[in-house]
Amino acid sequence: MNSLSVRTPSRTPAPVVSPSARLELLEYYLAHHEDLSRYASVSLEWLSRHAGIKRSVCLVVDAESSTLVGISGNGVSTEDVELFSYPLADPHDPLVATIAQTQPTYFRSVRINGDPSRALPSTPIGPGPFTAIPLRAGRDGQRDAVGLLLVKAPTPLPPDVSWLASVLAQKIEQIRGRGSLAEEIRRLRRERALFFTIINSVTDPILLTDTEGRLIVANARAEKLFAANEEESEGRRRAIELNNMLFSAALSRTAVEMPSEARELLLVDPNDGSDLLFEVLSSTVEDPREGTGIVSVLRNITDLRRATEQIEENYQKLRLAEAAARAERDRLNLIIDSVADPIIVTDQGGSTVLMNKPAEELFTVLADADDAAQRTVQANDAHFSSFISGLLLGESGPGEIRRGEIGLMQPMTGAPIPVEAIAGKVLTETGELTAVVTILHDRREALERARLYEQLKKASDELQMRVQSATMELATQNELLRRQAIELEQASRLKSQFLANMSHEFRTPLNAILGYTHMLLQGVAGDLPPNVKRQLTRIDSNGRHLLTIINEILDITRIEAGKMPMQITEFDLNDIVQEVMTELDPVITRSKLVVTPRLLPEPLLVQSDRQKVKQIVVNLLSNALKFTHQGGIEIAVSFNPDDRMASVGVTDTGIGIAPEHHEKIFEDFRQVDDSPSRQYGGTGLGLAICRRLANALGGRITLRSNLGEGSTFTVTIPAEAPQ
Amino acid sequence: MTDHNAPLILVVDDYQDAREMYAEYLQFSGFRVAEARNGNEALEQAFALKPDLILMDLSLPGMDGWEATRRLKSDEATRHIPIVALTGHALAGASEGARRAGCDSFVTKPCLPDDLVIEVRRMLGTAKQA
Repeated sequence: MNSLSVRTPSRTPAPVVSPSARLELLEYYLAHHEDLSRYASVSLEWLSRHAGIKRSVCLVVDAESSTLVGISGNGVSTEDVELFSYPLADPHDPLVATIAQTQPTYFRSVRINGDPSRALPSTPIGPGPFTAIPLRAGRDGQRDAVGLLLVKAPTPLPPDVSWLASVLAQKIEQIRGRGSLAEEIRRLRRERALFFTIINSVTDPILLTDTEGRLIVANARAEKLFAANEEESEGRRRAIELNNMLFSAALSRTAVEMPSEARELLLVDPNDGSDLLFEVLSSTVEDPREGTGIVSVLRNITDLRRATEQIEENYQKLRLAEAAARAERDRLNLIIDSVADPIIVTDQGGSTVLMNKPAEELFTVLADADDAAQRTVQANDAHFSSFISGLLLGESGPGEIRRGEIGLMQPMTGAPIPVEAIAGKVLTETGELTAVVTILHDRREALERARLYEQLKKASDELQMRVQSATMELATQNELLRRQAIELEQASRLKSQFLANMSHEFRTPLNAILGYTHMLLQGVAGDLPPNVKRQLTRIDSNGRHLLTIINEILDITRIEAGKMPMQITEFDLNDIVQEVMTELDPVITRSKLVVTPRLLPEPLLVQSDRQKVKQIVVNLLSNALKFTHQGGIEIAVSFNPDDRMASVGVTDTGIGIAPEHHEKIFEDFRQVDDSPSRQYGGTGLGLAICRRLANALGGRITLRSNLGEGSTFTVTIPAEAPQ
Repeated sequence: MTDHNAPLILVVDDYQDAREMYAEYLQFSGFRVAEARNGNEALEQAFALKPDLILMDLSLPGMDGWEATRRLKSDEATRHIPIVALTGHALAGASEGARRAGCDSFVTKPCLPDDLVIEVRRMLGTAKQA
């Protein structure tokens, strides 16, 4: 019973006690036959009105349960009064002790000298000091008081308080004579409990308010929305305050307008701040004691509203889905119509449900078309029906696709159209046949394509055969070439070997010729006459020339056979020029030409075969000396940092060489003049060897010359050895 | 006129003209000379005469100069005799092969008698010092 709160409208008290006022109360006692709590309630109200005591509680002794129980209160919580039950077991308890006394006891919060009897007992009168007056019918101290009157009043007590305690005690005793007090109270409490159980069990908030909208009674539901305790949070209190305002406004409108008509009220849920929509039904009640009040029943229709909105939303969705489905169907129709192949949908009874335009051209005809066209369409229809009849009769398994060829005709022209038909079943979820979809594919194009493909394939095969034979021929040629290359290589090797052997065979007799000539010239056979000596000298010089030729042939053979050994070292190209000039000094002196070296100021280091480079430079300088009769010769060393090539150029002022002979002079056994009676000596192998050597070193020999303008032969080699 | 204390040179060559030419010039130059025409003869003469130096042509019929040199150099009695190889093959590797066989020096034909005598004198000088 924690849900009851009652506010009694306060009235201005009358502090002056008059005999008429006492008479009025006694008259009431006599005139009314009421229950105990009603008498007590009227008495306390009287006390408030005439003695100015705003807070008072009436407690009575219940002998059966041996407790002190509250029956009425004024200016205090009714609930506290009704719940109050105080055990009488301890006679030393200050409150219990008061019952046995005749004089009032004043209770204060401060303990004096640690006396526990002065401690403040907890009563419905509330915190702070109060006075407890024993309710005694007479002045005799023989019997205990029937109860206690607790008041918040100044001391000494006004005489009216004592008077009231005495008359109320008499009335209580009188009533007790009629029946058991405890039974009376229990009946009352049961009724109240029942009442609150009933209104609390109603899930809708129920409120009783006065005409000004002040709350008198509320059930648990309503308290949650409209009643706030001190401890509750700020947000909750504010929500409740707002709800009270909204409710008051609604009630005032109700009072003005149609009182019994249901109206909607939007409140705030104090728990989570969400909106709650209620339907309010208010009715006015007339109570003889409490006056006019308004009972309001609130019905939560928030969920109902939400459900309504949900239904509307779903309906919208449904409409959208319907529109989407319609659009989808339109699109599907568009797609089906745009397919060039005829498409026919047939229902399970064999009648056509849907056709696209190409299908219409085959299976429908205008009513005014000629007989031939009509017959063609009928024939087409018959062919098609027999094709799909198998599927319709369920011959093949579910979901199966049937393929076949049908010979149709063009209704307008009568031209035959061979088509490939592909038909598939459309089944329901339970596997029942609902329709057959057939696509007809015009095979004329495919047949034409197949014919073209055959032709193409034939041509391609022929081409392939030709390519194959050509490839084979090529392979044969390649094999021949490869063999020829091997043979050539072998021949070349044989030639080299032959030349090497031959040079050896040449040397053996030449060794004897040169040896004996030498011996004779050395005087082994004694002194010789000058003419013989001159003749022997001829033999010697020709023998030596022959030896040179043989050696040069051997060099060429070695280079060509790749057997010329290379010894790569690092050396200064300037040094080579100076060494060559020193070596050929006798020839230079004899030629009476001025040979000028043009060396680089810094050493020009190259990695190459020193001996071979020197051999080339010797050869170039020898040639220059041989073919120059006047003027001078320059030997210039140079380096090109771009391609990192080093060069030695030999420039003479000799006879020069016509451009058409520039290549010729590098050939074997060649001079520009290769007639038997040529003017210049030499084997004609020098430049051929030089070129081969320069190539073997990764370089080259170049010539810049014109007839009568002298020549410049330049040997160029890489500064770094090739990897 | 030949000095009996003069060094004895064994000339080995199958080509008679060359052999006799060198022999004649060596004698002319003051050496004692013995001759052999092939490897077997060279071994016989070397063991019999213990020459001071052998001039060995490498291309010989029967036992060739390389084989003869190997045998002479592997025998305690003849190991010390310097051998100068003579060859007409100027191809690369010829001199290396001769040295591997044990030749102490290498001369390429054609070689003028004068040059040969200079080489012989040089080798004898080296041998004497050794």
